[in-house]
Amino acid sequence: MFSRTYRAVITLPPVTWVAMFLLVPYILMFCYSFWSVSSLQVIVHSCSLANYRELLSKSVYLQTLFRSMWIAARVTLFSLLLGYPLAYYVSFQSGKRKDLLYQLVIIPLWVSYLVRAYAWKTVLGSDGVLNTLLQYIHVSQHPLGFLLYSPFAVVLTLTHIYTPFTFLPIYASLERIPRNLIEASHDLGASSWQTFRTVILPLSVPGVLAGATFAFVLSLGDFLAPLLLGGPSGIMISNIVVSLFGAAYNWPLGAAISFCMLAIVVGLLFFSERLEKKWSFR
Amino acid sequence: MAPADQQPQPSATTPLLSIRNIAKSFGKTSVLRDISLDVAAGEFLTILGESGSGKTTLLRIIAGFESADFGEVWMAGERLDTMPPYKRRVNTVFQHYALFPHLTVFENVAYGLQIAGRAKSEIHQRVTQALVRVKMSSFAAARPANISGGQQQRVALARALINQPKLLLLDEPLSALDANLRRQMQIELKSMQREVGISFVFVTHDQDEAMVMSDRIALLRMGQLEQVATPREIYRYPATAYAAQFIGHTNLLRAEVKSGLARSHSLSWSTSLPDGPALFSLRPEDIRPASGAASAVSFRGRVKQRVFHGATELLQVESGDLLLTIRIAGKEQTAGELQLEFFTQDAVLVRESAVRT
Repeated sequence: MFSRTYRAVITLPPVTWVAMFLLVPYILMFCYSFWSVSSLQVIVHSCSLANYRELLSKSVYLQTLFRSMWIAARVTLFSLLLGYPLAYYVSFQSGKRKDLLYQLVIIPLWVSYLVRAYAWKTVLGSDGVLNTLLQYIHVSQHPLGFLLYSPFAVVLTLTHIYTPFTFLPIYASLERIPRNLIEASHDLGASSWQTFRTVILPLSVPGVLAGATFAFVLSLGDFLAPLLLGGPSGIMISNIVVSLFGAAYNWPLGAAISFCMLAIVVGLLFFSERLEKKWSFR
Repeated sequence: MAPADQQPQPSATTPLLSIRNIAKSFGKTSVLRDISLDVAAGEFLTILGESGSGKTTLLRIIAGFESADFGEVWMAGERLDTMPPYKRRVNTVFQHYALFPHLTVFENVAYGLQIAGRAKSEIHQRVTQALVRVKMSSFAAARPANISGGQQQRVALARALINQPKLLLLDEPLSALDANLRRQMQIELKSMQREVGISFVFVTHDQDEAMVMSDRIALLRMGQLEQVATPREIYRYPATAYAAQFIGHTNLLRAEVKSGLARSHSLSWSTSLPDGPALFSLRPEDIRPASGAASAVSFRGRVKQRVFHGATELLQVESGDLLLTIRIAGKEQTAGELQLEFFTQDAVLVRESAVRT
């Protein structure tokens, strides 16, 4: 259709962009992860697996990594538990208000992440909205400390932020289900619940997988929510990476940790892609 | 074919399905107006109509996917329209089959039994039987996406029949098939219906299909029934001008009756009708080259146009200021000027269509 030169000209800028700002940094990071820092705070370009060894031997890194995955898993679960019923309602039950409800779910995405995270700080803090209310109605005498600066606060905030990300692919997969399949199911004697279980749920699996992947991957790498709301017990792996690249000045170790995370994420994406293919029938 | 005409006798026994005064509108558009219709046990009834005539809506009301604004639906002495669709002993073959894409052919057919909680061995036996009947045994493990349209059609039929419904609804099930397969499926469907002895309510916009398959045809136009009759009756004695034109070709003769004589342009024939305007339908094949019969109305015509159809040939004939279509055997030789005739009993009195627009 298009001439070769034309195709080359229009694909060159994006390819260059991706190569310069994605591929090259990844390769650099990969190299850094084998280097080390001398006692004089100079990066030594000699290859060894020392960084990976340290990562595996010091419990703080592994512990934080597992905590991050555990937080991400909970965020994923809660986002699905909120996102699925919401998507189901908007897709099947909302009637004429469908577009309005859809917009309402999307609108929070327009508000800065930082603003939403700070909003939770004012809700959960010891002088925050929630604690004030609980004391006012005499549920508790003292402000509840575990609300803020805890993994709980991180999970809550991340769930709030990533629920639209699970809602969207689930909603899209529900919208794609031909409505006559649901009628056929009723026609063959299935109640609404049976129809949901045997027709709607299996056909929405690709959406659920995509939503779960979004929520897990995005919250696994998050560092703002734990920074603002996590406190010492809510630290996540990205916070460690940030400090290694900053104050601690140990880029090689930071790169090694980043690379491990990248490997986990790529593995996960690969796995969910395979599963999604298995569950799509068109 | 003769017995088929006498087969349904709705008046003799109570009908299986009884639609009473059904009305339905979507917003301000009235889709169905006061429809009453009976379906006998074992009958093949076709609801025939153009798109927008309300035929699918009527079917969906019987199935339970739409609710009527007014009227009732009864089946075998039971009020149907107040039941949810999954409780009705009615099954549907959908227009685009609506097979479950995530289930195999076997699982699709088994669905109704699975939902009913039947034993595994019974499900296996009945599904296997059903697949043999529709010649789909060798595709039991295939998914719907991997079989052809005609095969999907057969699976949809087997799936709808598995719960042994009293009534099967078919929503233009053949419209997605190409012409040859379509003709083959018409005959298969009809023989299947005879075999299982279940009442079929079949929706189509194709009058040929309706003629080939039905015991009776209910002709629907803009939400109202024009005529309900056997294919022969509706063809031979169309009740309205619309019915005459929609089913087969016809010549509509607008005549004025005066003291026992109907006159339309240059033609005139005797009739027992009272004086006044009248509308007649005269089928093209009822006009033929003159044989000199005494009782026939004879006239001269000039051939304007001819369309060859193989077995027959359609001619446009001008007689005075009248333009008539006549059908003659394809073998016959015809020249410019013809002496033609028809019998007065073939000119059938029809009503102007009842539809209010």
